[in-house]
Amino acid sequence: MEFFAISLLNGLSYGLLLFMLSSGLTLIFSMMGVLNFAHTSFYMLGAYFAYTISGTIGFWPALFVAPLLVGLLGAAFERYSLRRVHKFGHVPELLVTFGMSYLILEVVQLVWGRATVPYGLPEQLQGPLFTLFGTQFPKSRSFIMFLALLMLLSVWLLLTRTRIGLVIQAALTHPEAVESLGHNVPRVFMLVFGGGAALAALAGVIGGNTYVTEPSMAGAVGSIVFVVVVVGGMGSLAGAFLASLLIGVLQTFAVAIDQSLASGLQAIGVAVTEQTFGYELLKLSVAQVAPILPYLLLVLILIFRPKGLLGKREG
Amino acid sequence: MMAALRKLIWVLFAALLIVLPLIFRSSLALTLLSQMGYLIIICLSYNMLLGQGGMLSFGHAVYTGLGAFMAVHAMNLATKGALPLPLVVIPLVGGLAGMFFAALFGYVTTKKSGTTFAMITLGMGELVAAMSLMFPGFFGGEGGVTTNRVYGHGFLGLTFGPQIQVYYLIAVYCFISTALMYAFTATPLGRMLNAVRDNPERVEFIGYDTQWVRYLGFIIAGFFAGIGGALAGINFEIVNSSDGLSSVRSGGYLLFTFLGGATFFFGPMIGAVLLVFASVLLSEVTKAWLLYIGLVFLLMVMYAPGGVASLIMMNVRVAAFGKLKRLLRPYAVLLLTAAPVVAGGAAIIEMIYQIQLNAASGSKLRFFGVDLDTDSAASWLGAAVVLAVGLAMLEMSRRRFAQAWGQVQEEIEAEIKQREAD
Repeated sequence: MEFFAISLLNGLSYGLLLFMLSSGLTLIFSMMGVLNFAHTSFYMLGAYFAYTISGTIGFWPALFVAPLLVGLLGAAFERYSLRRVHKFGHVPELLVTFGMSYLILEVVQLVWGRATVPYGLPEQLQGPLFTLFGTQFPKSRSFIMFLALLMLLSVWLLLTRTRIGLVIQAALTHPEAVESLGHNVPRVFMLVFGGGAALAALAGVIGGNTYVTEPSMAGAVGSIVFVVVVVGGMGSLAGAFLASLLIGVLQTFAVAIDQSLASGLQAIGVAVTEQTFGYELLKLSVAQVAPILPYLLLVLILIFRPKGLLGKREG
Repeated sequence: MMAALRKLIWVLFAALLIVLPLIFRSSLALTLLSQMGYLIIICLSYNMLLGQGGMLSFGHAVYTGLGAFMAVHAMNLATKGALPLPLVVIPLVGGLAGMFFAALFGYVTTKKSGTTFAMITLGMGELVAAMSLMFPGFFGGEGGVTTNRVYGHGFLGLTFGPQIQVYYLIAVYCFISTALMYAFTATPLGRMLNAVRDNPERVEFIGYDTQWVRYLGFIIAGFFAGIGGALAGINFEIVNSSDGLSSVRSGGYLLFTFLGGATFFFGPMIGAVLLVFASVLLSEVTKAWLLYIGLVFLLMVMYAPGGVASLIMMNVRVAAFGKLKRLLRPYAVLLLTAAPVVAGGAAIIEMIYQIQLNAASGSKLRFFGVDLDTDSAASWLGAAVVLAVGLAMLEMSRRRFAQAWGQVQEEIEAEIKQREAD
């Protein structure tokens, strides 16, 4: 019970962090048709910016300033680079973001070095928030959950209750019509791209000090976030939410289970020895398999439900 | 006329493959040439997906890597005498392995096209890379699997011990694979692949299954990727899953195939040559080589999405109309003004790298014969001034060049129209 509750909480907080990343990615994708490869690079930039900024003006201001800066960078990237290749089609657009992710990684290594930076939690977030069955649940993870839910709520309010949100929604499906009504659609695109980058950076600000801040952090979550977007259904925000939580919980549970098929079979009385056929496969513990579970889920979803959990159209 | 020209090009290509190691005799040159040989196969096979089929794959290293693993295991079995295979057919083992895995994984990945395909191949690549660490028995864990290419009685007196013999083995495979892949572009399947890339709805309307066409193309690309991977395994006598199967490797293939030019058949060959020069020579010169490559790639996507090959072909067209002479001056000015931009920018990047990564070796560095000191303001200011002046001059010469270029293109278009009218 203790294991279950704590793993569930950890899984949920990790899943919500994933959602903070995948929501921006999904928004950008469904709006511009651009799969932003540099999205997790913006996440990484958020963490590094926050590390530097919190060194001078403290963590709480950095929580606002770092995403703002990264959002501006993202908007500038859209304006001066992505928009230029827009006329060439989707593949060059994808390639330009891929090149950008390369560049950001190198620049980060150039400025902050290749090792992990000591980006720690602020005092207010250190220590446990509450104790459950004798195990402590850290404040930092609860803060992630709180922030992700707050973000979800505000993005939802922004999209459905404000004027700009309605323009964004309309531009998603009918860009020409919106344009002929006198709205500047390219500028809306820039806004969405910058906003998505800022959301990723916000995830970086709190993900960076809860986990680790290092140059490989972008690559580590990068492919998982893509899995989330495909599993949830391309372009579906609700699907991304569901898939994030699913993958977060799945991975957290799997890492903690030290059982294997072999031990499972032995428990029900089947003799499994090193001579048994496929012993190499049977002896793998669930924890060892954990890193590939998201990808297995991806393959299964593609075979049995190609449009994703909540997707409406097939890509 | 065209057929004769084409034949001449193939003869020249074969002659080049034979003659190059006789001209460049150093062992470094031979290493480079061997790597270029199999990378040409790999990049061409990659372009079968990207250029011909419009499939942007982020997991091509899976097929080259698994081909290499199978080849190395086959070689080890042959050494033990369990498998009667001479070294010359080992690349085919790799090819078949690549084909098998492409058939297996491709069934899932080619269900989708476009952006979703890209994401799924990325996930597939991660899946295989992560799985390889779970089976150390086959993949050799972190250390990889080693082998020895010299076994058995040799083939026609060749033992494949010396690098030059390995080079010629690679060269033969490179020539045959290139010819086969070129022939593939003219087959009905190759043509259908182009059609699926350009207009899938229309292809479905005529009654073709786009998914099946993509799948077949994917399998064939996997075959050639496997051959390339197996040749790499023979060349290095070691394969390592954390390197050979990694997404970084896949990204490299993508990057350089694109830089070479995905819209022309020979583009990826240029890309393969660039890849070797960059990863072997440039990485010796500077630690910031990935940064430079990333920058070049970004600029290329933005300004010349057809890669080096398209730049060459555009100039060939200008030359064919006898107008290249008029562009020579703008070209020269462009190059002349680009030099200070590159020099100033590179000096700044190198100085930052010196501070960040080589701090232990002091603050001084030599940069193209100039002594720079990261502690002196003069070095920084000098580099910045060179960069700024260069940028201003480059912008001016770029505008002039764009004008001249546009004028020449307009004249060519007019001439073509004139000819059609005649």
